[in-house]
Amino acid sequence: MSKQYETVIGLEVHVELATKTKIFCGCSTAFGAAPNTQTCPVCTGMPGSLPVLNKQVLEYAIAVGLATNCDITRYAKFDRKNYFYPDNPQNYQISQLYLPICRNGGVEIETAEGGKKTVGIHEIHMEEDAGKLIHDEWEDCSLVDYNRSGVPLIEIVSEPDMRSAEEVIAYLEKLRLVIQYLGASDCKLQEGSMRADVNLSVREAGAEAFGTRTEMKNLNSFKAITRAIAGETERQIDLLEAGESVVQETRRWDDTKGESYAMRSKEDAQDYRYFPDPDLVPIAVSEEMLAQIRERQPEFRTEKMKRYREEFAIPDYNIEIITGEKPLADFFEATVALGSQPKKVSNWLMGETLRLMKEREVDATDLCFSPENLAKLIALTDKKVINGSVAKEVFEVMFEKDVDPEQYVEEKGLKTVNDEGALKKTIEEVIAANPQSVEDYRNGKEKAIGFLVGQTMKLMKGKADPGTVNQILKELL
Amino acid sequence: MNTIDMTATGLSAAIRAGKTTAVEATEAVLAKIAEEDKKYNCYVTIDREGALSQAKAVQKRIEAGEMTGPLAGVPMAVKDNICTEGLLTTCSSKILHNFVPTYTAEALKNLQKAGAVILGKTNMDEFAMGSTTETSAYGPTKNPRNTEHVPGGSSGGSAAAVAAGECFYAIGSDTGGSIRQPASYCGVVGMKPTYGTVSRYGLIAYGSSLDQIGPLTKDVADCAAVLEALASHDTKDSTSVAREDTDFTSALTEDVAGLRIGIPNDYLGEGLNDEVRAAVLAAAEVLEKKGALVERFDLSLVEYAIPAYYTIAAAEASSNLERFDGIKYGYRTQDYAGLHNMYKKSRSEGFGEEVKRRIMLGSFVLSSGYYDAYYLKALKVKALIKKAFDAAFAKYDVILGPVAPTTAPRLGESLTDPIQMYLGDIYTIAVNLAGLPGISVPCGEDSQGLPIGLQLIGDCFQEKKLLRAAYTYEQEGHRHE
Repeated sequence: MSKQYETVIGLEVHVELATKTKIFCGCSTAFGAAPNTQTCPVCTGMPGSLPVLNKQVLEYAIAVGLATNCDITRYAKFDRKNYFYPDNPQNYQISQLYLPICRNGGVEIETAEGGKKTVGIHEIHMEEDAGKLIHDEWEDCSLVDYNRSGVPLIEIVSEPDMRSAEEVIAYLEKLRLVIQYLGASDCKLQEGSMRADVNLSVREAGAEAFGTRTEMKNLNSFKAITRAIAGETERQIDLLEAGESVVQETRRWDDTKGESYAMRSKEDAQDYRYFPDPDLVPIAVSEEMLAQIRERQPEFRTEKMKRYREEFAIPDYNIEIITGEKPLADFFEATVALGSQPKKVSNWLMGETLRLMKEREVDATDLCFSPENLAKLIALTDKKVINGSVAKEVFEVMFEKDVDPEQYVEEKGLKTVNDEGALKKTIEEVIAANPQSVEDYRNGKEKAIGFLVGQTMKLMKGKADPGTVNQILKELL
Repeated sequence: MNTIDMTATGLSAAIRAGKTTAVEATEAVLAKIAEEDKKYNCYVTIDREGALSQAKAVQKRIEAGEMTGPLAGVPMAVKDNICTEGLLTTCSSKILHNFVPTYTAEALKNLQKAGAVILGKTNMDEFAMGSTTETSAYGPTKNPRNTEHVPGGSSGGSAAAVAAGECFYAIGSDTGGSIRQPASYCGVVGMKPTYGTVSRYGLIAYGSSLDQIGPLTKDVADCAAVLEALASHDTKDSTSVAREDTDFTSALTEDVAGLRIGIPNDYLGEGLNDEVRAAVLAAAEVLEKKGALVERFDLSLVEYAIPAYYTIAAAEASSNLERFDGIKYGYRTQDYAGLHNMYKKSRSEGFGEEVKRRIMLGSFVLSSGYYDAYYLKALKVKALIKKAFDAAFAKYDVILGPVAPTTAPRLGESLTDPIQMYLGDIYTIAVNLAGLPGISVPCGEDSQGLPIGLQLIGDCFQEKKLLRAAYTYEQEGHRHE
């Protein structure tokens, strides 16, 4: 490759909002119900039915707009996007084209070089999700489930301000955190509550004009996004190097094959015949409404990190990880509020919690144990009712099914034996049974005592305090 | 008086007084339908059993003193674009030939609460697109006053059913005159309320920003009573308005002293039949004699109303009718190859000519490159028309004019020239564009004995002024006999 190229990327991010009911009717948005059980005349496009805007959707959209430094449109409208497809029961999607709710925003991200840059947000608009098509291979027919039809979405359209996969991930992480902190969505890429389409073009380094872009769909993880960006950048550069030109088209990424294929080109792009939806009245956003939403904005991550540094004596790295998932930060604060020492809570989260989350593939949003129970567990170790390894054992059970550690320790008889006599007797037995180790220790091999402690703990079935054991051993030797 | 000749409120009073019953009235009107509807074809669906069982239930509630309103126990008819739970609702289209709604329209529910007995569903122009009821997939309705003539449209079945005594009152929908014009052609009273007064939830949309449900009745008192029952603030309809002043029957007083009435010169110009003009001006004189202040004025912009209306209504219709695709309900073609072929064939076979014409027109004016030139311009015209009416209502309480340029045309004359048919809406459509209330009241007959209608138009939310003027006029010798 003789020339140097620059990749130019803009994103269209769809976020499913965490409202209890759909955007234009009262049906539940809960995931996983039997097909077509969360539907009504409105979200199945029955003749004569009419949409009514769910106010919570508007409030979430404005809150996201404010948190991403957007201008909020004071007189916004919904438009109909007309296209025929069976998952779209009216054959038009209610969306926003002409007067979207938010415009001209941006978020700051950290670049790979350690600097900072702003990724512009062109607009944020509200729209309804479509139903789901299910192909029945046996019957060779397609069925539609309208449970998802009318689930509220916001689409966040960025400016073409990103130049690498790292910047794209940093931008998505930033959006995810902001939205998660607002409680507006759980933003899970894998489950589709956050979906990103990548618009990408390449140009010679230093060129002013943008190259022809493609839009990449079906990106279900950060890894897939990274791979797709690398793949598409390479594909476009190869085309240009071969003297060919990039075709403006929508492409679908196949992550297992690691390649994309064209879905439709600009030439067969549909005319959506957008026009203002006459069934919905224009949205007038008042100053009072804006003030109320501003008032309710939560403490975002940057502010939270700053406060943690001031209030809690925990390492910066821990602060970064804990505030990197809103549920972890909430959990941390709730446990500390119950009187537990911040350092210890942080250690439990950074250690065992993260380990088990990774091992069992559990998301922070799905953690089941309560701050109350973690506080109790910490208190049990503080009072030396149980030792560290028993605590880990209890924690694993709590992680699984949120048991009350006090009750559990009691029922399973896991309390540390504090009876000095019994302990001394066991230690004497260990000393008698391991003359070689005793000999080694006495000859200055400090490490040998560890083996003796281990043997004692084994005989005590773990229910002893290793510190005490160590102390008694030293006395006896 | 024979039961069948009673007005709706007259019949309800008789039922509540124990002189007759809802069941007897229902039986009588069903007998009339059985005897005469073959001649007129007012109904697409007649619900004999349903009507009789409703009548029994309503009668019981009347006797128990639970239903005391002025419409309790009265058998009525519903235009076939208004959803009725469990009862076929076709919009007079093949594409909905088998469609049975899962819910009842909010406006009709209000009438049911007032004690309505639903007799069936009335014929109409397919999807309310037409001015003669000839675009129905189920054959045209004939004008009961002269079966060689059309009843008007699109609520032609409702107007004809009232005129023929095949119901005591009916409801229709008015997007560009579809209640007022057939009322005029059939010699009954018809009213289009202020946009937002009656819930559109359950009305199968044609032009969403223009559609309103309203009454077709034998006289003005019935019209007020039905409108009072229909009106409600519905949170399921975002365009529904919360009104406190829906006690329309309180406006039934004979008093127009000092009422300022303006007659637009634009409504008396070229194209207006001489007999219609004479009848309308004579009606104005009647009101003047009763103390109203009548004068002529220039409304302006009237010639732009038709192109603006057909652009906006067709645009909305092209999108509203997309849901009829053969997937979820309604007609699906027999043989097809793939999804898009199924869409194409189902819609080509399921929709009639006029509907397809308007879908194409609407799709065109919304398409990229034409949106600004047609659709946006039409919206601007709409705003200017509203402004012209605002200026007129600063000077007048009521605007008076004809409903249509002529009396009912002969069957088969209109469809050959759609443009001519569209021009026939000239006096009614501006009212929809501006969201205003309008009423059509019989004001005589032409030399062929065909009814002529007088139109009264009010400012938004001023239905009471219209009802008062219409009632006063009617009392002066134009009462329903």
